[in-house]
Amino acid sequence: MDHQCPDPDRLRLRQPRFQGLTSGHRACAGCGAAITARLVLEATGPDVLVANATGCLEVFSTPWPESAWRVPWIHSLFENAGSVAAGMEAALKAQGRDTKVIAFGGDGGTFDIGFRALSGMLERYHNVLYVCYDNEAYMNTGVQRSSSTPHAARTTTSPPGKARMGKRHLKKDILSIVAAHHIPYAATASVAYPPDLRKKVRRALAIEGPTFLHVHSPCPLGWGHDGALSIEIARLAVETGMFPLIELERGGVTGVMPIRNPRPVAEYLRRQARFRHLFQDDAKAREELEHLQAIADHNIEFYGLTGHGPDALDTEGADTAHRGGMRWA
Amino acid sequence: MPAALEGSQAIARAVALCRPQVVAAYPITPQTHIVENISKLVADGRFDCELVSVESEFSAASVVLGAAAAGARAYTASSSQGILLMTEVLYDISGMRIPLVLTCANRAVSAPLNIWNDQQDAMAVRDSGWIMLFCADNQEAVDTTVQAFRIAERTELPVMVCVDGFTLTHTLEPIDLPSQEDVDAFLPPFEFERRLDPARPISQGTLVSPEWFPEVRHANYQALLAAEAEIEAAARDWAGLVGRETGALVEADGPGEARTGVLCMGSIHGTLEAARAAAPDLEPVRLIRLRCFRPLPLAAIEAACAGLDRLIVLERAIAPGLGGVLTTELRAFFADRADAPRIYGFAVGLGGRDVPLETLGRALASSAADNPRHFAVLDLEPEKLPEEDR
Repeated sequence: MDHQCPDPDRLRLRQPRFQGLTSGHRACAGCGAAITARLVLEATGPDVLVANATGCLEVFSTPWPESAWRVPWIHSLFENAGSVAAGMEAALKAQGRDTKVIAFGGDGGTFDIGFRALSGMLERYHNVLYVCYDNEAYMNTGVQRSSSTPHAARTTTSPPGKARMGKRHLKKDILSIVAAHHIPYAATASVAYPPDLRKKVRRALAIEGPTFLHVHSPCPLGWGHDGALSIEIARLAVETGMFPLIELERGGVTGVMPIRNPRPVAEYLRRQARFRHLFQDDAKAREELEHLQAIADHNIEFYGLTGHGPDALDTEGADTAHRGGMRWA
Repeated sequence: MPAALEGSQAIARAVALCRPQVVAAYPITPQTHIVENISKLVADGRFDCELVSVESEFSAASVVLGAAAAGARAYTASSSQGILLMTEVLYDISGMRIPLVLTCANRAVSAPLNIWNDQQDAMAVRDSGWIMLFCADNQEAVDTTVQAFRIAERTELPVMVCVDGFTLTHTLEPIDLPSQEDVDAFLPPFEFERRLDPARPISQGTLVSPEWFPEVRHANYQALLAAEAEIEAAARDWAGLVGRETGALVEADGPGEARTGVLCMGSIHGTLEAARAAAPDLEPVRLIRLRCFRPLPLAAIEAACAGLDRLIVLERAIAPGLGGVLTTELRAFFADRADAPRIYGFAVGLGGRDVPLETLGRALASSAADNPRHFAVLDLEPEKLPEEDR
C-alpha cells in the first residue's frame, strides 16, 4: 500500500468539479453560453459573486421560481453588468471580504450596449473577471446582428439578398480594445478547449485587478447547425484562424495556442447556415469567402499562430491529438 | 452649534455621518458640489468609503445597486439629465427592493438646455417605485438624508431625497449638523438579509413570467404604500433624538379661517411663507407642503386640505399634453369627495425663473371660480412669444 499523500493536482483531476451552473436550465441543446458558464464556474469554485447581463444566459437559467445557479447571482439590466460587478466588488472591498466577482455578458451586452460600463470597470481597475460569452449576434431576441457578428454572416437584421451578402461590417476587435485599458490579463478562449478555458479562468482569478475572458460560444439556433456539432464548429473556428486563442498581459501578447495545420475557412463556414449564401455560384459570394479567408490569414500571421510549422511531439497546438483536434486529419 | 455651510457641503457631511460603505457618482450641475465635497472628505481621511467615480450616471446607479445587493450601505447623487439617464436602473433598483439613498438636486430637463432649478427631473421618474421626499431647506436636507437611510433599510425600498438645485445646493445657510453619536444611535449598521453571499447563494433579478409578474408588482405597490408609516416614524424618532422637527408626509399651517390652500413641494414653501407674512392684507391662506410625494400620502393630504374651498397647486414642472402632474393626481383623488376643494394648478419657476414674493398674490388672483380646470404657467411673459404661441 502506498500511504503517501497524493499529488494535489492529480487529486483535483479525480474529484468531481464544482457545478456552479447546474443542469435543468432551459438552454438549447449544444448552447455555447451554457457550456461557457459551466466551465468558468468549474474553475472558480463556489466563492464568487456573479453579475449577469440580460441575455440568453440570464433568461434560460432563472425562470422564476427556478434557478440553475448555485453561486450568489444577480441580474440587473442589459447594459450594466460591468458597473453592477464594480459595485459588488466595491462592497466586498469595503467589507473586507475577498470573494471574487465574475461578470457574464453576451456579445451584445459587452461589445455594444454594455461597452461603456465595461470600459469604466476596466479603467477603474476593479477586481472583477468579466467573461463575454460571444455567440456573435443578439440571440435572445432572435438573431440580430451585433458588432461582434462576423463579416458576411446572415442574421435577421443582416439578411443576404440581391443587394447584400449578409453583414457588411467587420467583427469588432474587442480584445484589443479591452487590452488598451492596460489591464493585467485579457484572453480569448473557446468552449472547444475546456482545459485551456479553465486554466485561463484560474489565471485571471489569481490576479488582483480587472481581467477579461472572451469565449467563443456557438449558438446552434443562430448559427444554423446541429447542437451536437457545437464543439466541432467552435474547434474549427480556432483551427482556421477565425477565432485565435491568445493571451494578453498589459496589452502585449504573451501566449497563443498554435495551429500547426491551419484549415481552410470554408470548412468552418460550410457547416453553418448563417454562411450558406457564401457557397452559391456567384462572384460576390466568392469574393466574400476570399475576404473571410483573408481575415483568418491575417489573424494567423498577426499572432504567429503557426509557430514553427508541424511538430510531431507538439502537445500545445489547437489541432493536436492532445487537444482532441486530430479527428479531421 | 449651527455652522454656515453650503447646501451641498452640508448634504455631503450628512452622508458621511451615515457611514455608507460605497458612494458612486458622476458630475452634473447642480449636484456636482455634493460629490466634490464627499471626495474631499474621503481624500482628507474624514470619511472612509469606497468612492467610485463612474463614467456615467447609468453606472452610478448600477454601482450602488450592485454594492447594496452585496450588503453595503450605498449612496449616489444626481440631477436632471443624469436622473433620466439612470431611469432604467432606478426602476430596476426598486423592482429588486434594493435599499439605497440618492440625492436629486432638482433641475430642468433638456431641451432647451437649462441647468437651473425646477423639478421636472423628479416628476419624470415618479413611477419608478422610489420613495421621494422633497426638502424645504438645507437643514431639512441634512436631517432627511439621515432619515432616508433608515427608511430605505427598514422598507427595503430606495429613497430619493429631492433638494432644489442651486436654490438649496448652492446656498449658504446656518446648519446644525447632527453629531456622529446621534446618527449612529438612529441608524444601526446595515444588515441586508438578501445580500449576495457565497455562504447562502441566492439568485436576484430573475426572469419573471406573466404567471408571477402581477403579484410581484402588487407586492411592490403595497410596500411603497406601507412605507408611509416608516417615513412618519423616522421623522418622529429623529425629532425625539435631536429635538428638531422635519416634515413627515405633509405639513400645513395657516389661520383657522383660511378657505384657500396653496400646496407646493420643495424650497418655494419658504418663499410663500415669507410672502404671506409680508402681505397681511391678503386673504387668509393655508400653506401646505408636500414633503412626501411618493408614496402620495392621500389621507394626510385630505386632512391637510380639510375645510378648504380652494386649493392652488404650484408645481415646478409641466406635463405637456396634460398640465400638471401633481394637480392632476390631486384632482383625481378629490374627484369623488363631496367636500372637495376646487383645484387650480400652475407651473412656476420653470428652468430656474425666480419665484418672487409676488407669486402668492398672483396665484390667488389667477384662481377664480370661472376657470376651475385651469392649468397655466403662472409666471409666463406672453409678450416674449409670437402671437400664435401665447
